[in-house]
Amino acid sequence: MAAIRDFTIDNKSLRKKSRPVILQPNFIIPVVILTLLVICAIFAPLLAPYNPTVNSLKDRLLPPFFAHGGSTAHFLGTDGFGRDILSRVIYGARISLSVSMLVILITASIGTIVGIFSGYIGGRWDSFLMRVTDVSLAFPAILIALLMAVILGPSFWTVVIAISLLGWAPYARLIRGETLRLRQADFVTQARIIGTSPLRIMGVHIFPNVVNPLIVLATMQVGLVILTEAALSYLGAGIPPPTASWGQMVSDGRNVIDTAWWISFFPGIAIGLVVLSGNFLGDWIRDKLDPRLRQL
Amino acid sequence: MSELLLKVEDLQTAFFTRQGVIKAVDGVSFHVRDGETVGIVGESGCGKTVTGLSILRLLPEPAGRIIGGKIIFQGVNLVELSKNHMRAYRGKMISMILQDPMTSLNPVFPIGDQIAESVRLHQGLPDDMIQPEVISALRLLKIPAPEMRLNDYPFQLSGGMRQRVVGAIAMSCHPRLLIADEPTTALDATIQAQYIALFKDIQQKTNVGIIFITHDFGVVAKMCHRVCVMYAGKIVETAPTSVIFKAPRHPYTVALINSVPRLDRKDERLYSIEGQPPSMANLPPGCRFCPRCSAAQDICRKQQPPEVKISDDHSVSCWRIS
Repeated sequence: MAAIRDFTIDNKSLRKKSRPVILQPNFIIPVVILTLLVICAIFAPLLAPYNPTVNSLKDRLLPPFFAHGGSTAHFLGTDGFGRDILSRVIYGARISLSVSMLVILITASIGTIVGIFSGYIGGRWDSFLMRVTDVSLAFPAILIALLMAVILGPSFWTVVIAISLLGWAPYARLIRGETLRLRQADFVTQARIIGTSPLRIMGVHIFPNVVNPLIVLATMQVGLVILTEAALSYLGAGIPPPTASWGQMVSDGRNVIDTAWWISFFPGIAIGLVVLSGNFLGDWIRDKLDPRLRQL
Repeated sequence: MSELLLKVEDLQTAFFTRQGVIKAVDGVSFHVRDGETVGIVGESGCGKTVTGLSILRLLPEPAGRIIGGKIIFQGVNLVELSKNHMRAYRGKMISMILQDPMTSLNPVFPIGDQIAESVRLHQGLPDDMIQPEVISALRLLKIPAPEMRLNDYPFQLSGGMRQRVVGAIAMSCHPRLLIADEPTTALDATIQAQYIALFKDIQQKTNVGIIFITHDFGVVAKMCHRVCVMYAGKIVETAPTSVIFKAPRHPYTVALINSVPRLDRKDERLYSIEGQPPSMANLPPGCRFCPRCSAAQDICRKQQPPEVKISDDHSVSCWRIS
């Protein structure tokens, strides 16, 4: 009797395991949100009902449609200059997406090169590069970014450079660790046996084997970068107005948060959703790529 | 007699660690001729692998270094070569097979690409000539249907097949010397026998010299022309295979041969050597085997035994002989 019951339980758990990717909430929810972000960013001019930067003083501080006094003309209300919040949130996706993509491209490249080099060459280079990495990890990124904004003046590229300046360190750390493990691997010794040059070993034998953790970390970092950009814009060191950026919109609304809460609220929700999506997707990819889980 | 291929003279390799200097290879000398298989036999940790890696100068730097001796390959002292010069020898003139076929292939590339890497590196062939070379390397290792295998990933192959692929990489540029570091240890017995037969066949076809590192005297008997028995970083006895089985002189050699299981004798128990090899950081002053030797005398504990030539190709380092 017991045996039969066990069998049915096994069968059930097996079926659960093979649930299609599309139905796994950890995968599908973040993917839908991030896809929406990309669509908003690309088709912003088509999707946004209003121009995000044009003032309209007669429409100042209108509440969202569901609140008292709101109308469907401005779904999410308007800000102190009468600009449509929904349009600005949609356009804000452009900034968030382009900043995060650029920063991740730059930091992941630098971090991977530093990490592989440091881990494979070892010795003094390794000590030196890892101390630089330690300093980068210890230094408050916002502080550096503020400093950069003061020196270079706030602009899109200042934000990108400021966040990248220290952002490569986590990649360098991770990739170095992986490289240390891989350089001991027999297939790397085998490559040296046939006379492969160190540069080629790093590029051809080690790099493809560190791509998995790299993808996971990069996905995880999407949220962090968007958050840092928002924080910089909030502090006034980010994307200069009137360009719509979520962090700056949160900042715009902070003086009237008790009366016109929607000015800060909706961009804040957008930041939260995208950051969480990045983290959940990163987790999901990590679980999928982990060879120990895959072999089960 | 065939040409002298490799002559190792008084090779000394040390590891500089926090615990002090550890001489893993301490004055090893031997030679290999074209088309000859020389076995290096001994327990784990006696310096066999380090000897092999020293010849290719692939010691884990900066801790491991060759601190003395010569490695003369076709008249060139490899110890004195520059790094780039040495790299040109690896794979092309001297190649090596590692012990574990499960880890010595890169998991993310098809095997065809991994063999092609070596071919591309050393043979300077145009792109369309590389694939035929790869296929002929696979064919040399008797891998069935090589054309179908090129795009297989390592995880799709069995252990024995992978070790053949590793062999194909090693042989792809027709090296003169092959260092095989326990290539059969990770394989099961039937595959082991096939692999040995395969290498004998390859040796006949290519006249490659082989250094066969193993701890298994059974494998030595099938594969090697001559044997060097290593103990704690030194070669204690060198002789042709037939001689070493008929008339082993060093007590360690005798003990090793006695510990091979045999079907033709009905002993109750399999012989095993008492004790452990000495710690390389803390060697006894005299003969390194004497703490485990049943025939040890006073002099064995005090002084290292000299190497004595019993005949032209048989030499032993033991006080009992001299």
